[in-house]
Amino acid sequence: MVSLSSYLLLGAFLFAAGLACILIRRNMIQVLMGVELIFNAAALNFVAFSHFTPSSLPQLALSGQVVALFIIVLAASEACVALALVLSVFRVFGTVHIDQVGELRG
Amino acid sequence: MEVNYLWLIPLVPLVSSAVIRFLGKKVLPRSLVHLIACSSVFVSFSVTVYAFFALKGLPEEQRYLTNGLFPWLDVGMLQTWIRFHFDPLSAVMTLVVTGVGFLIHLYSAGYMSHEKEYERYFAYLNLFMAMMLILVLADSLILMFVGWEGVGLCSYLLIGFWFGIKENADAGKKAFIVNRIGDFGFILGMLTLFWTLGLETNLWSFDISVLRNHADVFSNATVFGVPALTFATLMLFVGATGKSAQIPLYVWLPDAMAGPTPVSALIHAATMVTAGVYMIARLSFLFDQAPFTLNIVACVGAATAFFAATIGVAQNDIKKVLAYSTVSQLGYMFLACGVGAYASGIFHLMTHAFFKALLFLGAGSVIHAMSGEQDIRKMGGLRKKIPHTYRTFLIATLAIAGVPPLAGFFSKDEILWQAWNQNPVLWLVAVVAALLTAFYMFRLLFLTFFGECRANEEVKHHIHESPLTMILPLMILAGLSVVGGWVWWPSFIPISQIFPHWLETVVVVNHPHGSHSLEAILAFASLAVAGAGIYVAYQFYCVRTELPNFLATRWSGVYRLIQNKYWVDEIYERVFVNGTKRLSQACFWFDSKIVDGMVNGASRTLRILVLFDGTFDRWVVDGLVNFMGHQTAALGRQVRRLQTGQIQTYLGALAIALAAISLVWVSRTIGS
Repeated sequence: MVSLSSYLLLGAFLFAAGLACILIRRNMIQVLMGVELIFNAAALNFVAFSHFTPSSLPQLALSGQVVALFIIVLAASEACVALALVLSVFRVFGTVHIDQVGELRG
Repeated sequence: MEVNYLWLIPLVPLVSSAVIRFLGKKVLPRSLVHLIACSSVFVSFSVTVYAFFALKGLPEEQRYLTNGLFPWLDVGMLQTWIRFHFDPLSAVMTLVVTGVGFLIHLYSAGYMSHEKEYERYFAYLNLFMAMMLILVLADSLILMFVGWEGVGLCSYLLIGFWFGIKENADAGKKAFIVNRIGDFGFILGMLTLFWTLGLETNLWSFDISVLRNHADVFSNATVFGVPALTFATLMLFVGATGKSAQIPLYVWLPDAMAGPTPVSALIHAATMVTAGVYMIARLSFLFDQAPFTLNIVACVGAATAFFAATIGVAQNDIKKVLAYSTVSQLGYMFLACGVGAYASGIFHLMTHAFFKALLFLGAGSVIHAMSGEQDIRKMGGLRKKIPHTYRTFLIATLAIAGVPPLAGFFSKDEILWQAWNQNPVLWLVAVVAALLTAFYMFRLLFLTFFGECRANEEVKHHIHESPLTMILPLMILAGLSVVGGWVWWPSFIPISQIFPHWLETVVVVNHPHGSHSLEAILAFASLAVAGAGIYVAYQFYCVRTELPNFLATRWSGVYRLIQNKYWVDEIYERVFVNGTKRLSQACFWFDSKIVDGMVNGASRTLRILVLFDGTFDRWVVDGLVNFMGHQTAALGRQVRRLQTGQIQTYLGALAIALAAISLVWVSRTIGS
C-alpha cells in the first residue's frame, strides 16, 4: 500500500522541478514545459487526496478526479494559447529567448 | 473792488512778444513789427490810465482793484491764484513802466532802425514789459517772483543782444549770475515769510494781502535764533540789492551798458532796477517792524549813493557815467526806504525814471549822431549840431543835479530832509553824493556839448540830429522831468501834496517833526551844494580846462583808484570768481581722490568678499548638494540591480520568500 505522503512527496518533487524549470530556463517553450509539470503536480495532489478521502464523506467522492480532469483540459487550452503567443513572439522578435524579448526596458 | 480788465496790462505785451518773435522774421514786414510792439505797450498804458481813473474814483479806504484770473498752485493747504492787484502804489509803478516804456519803444523804432535782428529786439523788449508788469501788479510774493525772474531773464537777453562780441555776452552772464545771488536771497526771504506765517497762524499763503493782515504774528517768531522778520526782510533786501544794483551786488549794472542804449534807458535805469525799491515799499508793513533791517537798508543806500557818485566822476564812457549815476540814485531810493520814507523813495523812483530815461535816450541820440562813439573825451561842441538833444539833455541834467523847479530837486530834497530827521550823518553822506552828482553830470554835459569838437573829421562830417521818433520821446520825457516833481512840494511851500496823500493808503507816510524853517534851510543847503557842483564843473571843463589833468596827476593815486572803480571788479574776480574756481578744483580733487578712492576701495573689498563667498559656495554648498546627488545616484545604482525586468528573477525571489515563510510557519506550528 502506497502511503499518501509518498504521493505528496512526488507531487512536491514535480512542483519543485516545474518551478525550477520556470525559473532557470530561458527558452519560452521550456518555461511552458515547467508550467505543465506544475499542473501535473497539482493534479496528482488532487487525485491523491481524493483517493484517501474517508468513506464517511460520500459527497466528496471522486471530486479530486473531476478537478484533475479540469486541470488537464485547462492545461491543454493554456498550452494552446501560450504556444500561440510564443509563435507570435517569435514572428515579431525572431527569437523565443526570454532575455531578448524586452521592449519596456529603457 | 474786483474788476476784469487788469490782466490785459501784462498780457497784451506778452502776446505781442510771442507774435513778433515767432512771426516777425518771416511773415511780418519790418514796419509792422514796431507798430505791433509799440501799440501793445500803448494798449497797456491806456488800460492802466483807465484803471487809474477807476481807482481814483473809489473812496480812500477801499482804494484798490483786484483781478483774479485762475487758481495757479493748488497744493494741500496752499492755494495761490494768478491775481493782479492795483493799488495806489502799483498804479504809480504801472503808469511809469507803461508810460516810459511806451516812449522808449517809440524811440527804439528809430534807434534800432539799422538793426538786422529788429524783431528779436522788440520781442525781448515786449517780453520785458510783460514781466515787469507782472512783477508790479502781482498780488502774491510768488507771482511777483515770476516777474522778478522774468525781468532778470529779459535783462540778460538784452544786455547780450549783440552776443557776437564776447564782452557783451560776458556782461549778460555777469548780470544774470549776480542777479541770481540776489534772487536766492529773495527766495529765502519769501519762504521764511511763508513758513513763519504758516506755522504761526496755519494760513499757508504767499499773498501780500494775507501777510499784511497778519503782519503782527511775525513779532515773536524766530528762525535759527534770529527774529524771523529781521531775517526775512534782510534776505529780501539781499534780493533787492541784486536787482537794484546796490553794494555789494552793483557790479553788474555798469557792465549792463553793453546792451542797446534804449534797453539801458528802460531796464537799467527807469524800470527794472527800481524793482527792489518797489518791493521794499510794497512790503513796507514788514520792513517797518524790522528796525535793524531798515538801518542796514539806509546805510547801504547812503554808501552806494556816495561810492557810485565818486566812481562816476572819473568815467569817460558816456553810458558808464550814467550807469554809476543810476546806481547812485538807486542808493538814494534805498536811503529813503531805510529811513522809513517809502513814499519819498517811490517819488524819487518816479522822477528818476523820467530824467534818467531821458538822459539815456539823449546819450543814445548822441551816440547815434557820433556814429557809435561813446567816449566823452572824443566829443564836444555838439550843442549847435544836435540842438534838440542838447536842450532835453540839459533839462535832464538840471533835474538830476537837483535844480528847482525840476523834478529831481523835489524828490532828492524830500529824501535828504527825511534822512536828516533820522540821522544827520546819513544826510551829510547824501549831500556829498548830491554835490558829486551835480559835478559829474555837468562834467558830462560840458564835455559832450560844449567846447571844441574833438572827434575825427569823418565822424564830425556825419553828425546829424536824430529822427522825429527819437526826438519826440525826448521832448515828452523832458516835459515830465520838469513837471514830474510838482506833485509833492516841500511842506514849507504849500502848493501840492498829492503824491504822499495818494500813497497814504499803501505805505506809511511819516511827516517829519522838524520845523519848516529847518527844512527850508536844508533845501537851500542842497541847492547851494548843487550850485557848487555845477560851478566847479564849469570851472574845470569850460574855463580852466587844464585843471582836471593837473589834479589827476597831482593826486594820481586817488584818481586811479576812482577811475578803476576801487578795483571792486578785480577784487570780486580774485575773491569770488577765482575762489569759486579754486573751490571747484578742490572739489574735483576731493571727488577724484577721496570719493572715487572710497568707491573703488569699497568695490575692491567687495570683490574680495565675493571671492570668499564664491569659494565657499562652490565648495561647501555646492559640495553638499552634489554629495547628496551622488549618494542618491549611487544608491540608485545599487537598487537598480534588483529590478532586472526578468519575471523569472522576481518569481525566484517570490518562491524563495514563500519557501522561507512556509518554513518559519511550519517550524512554529510544529514548535507549538
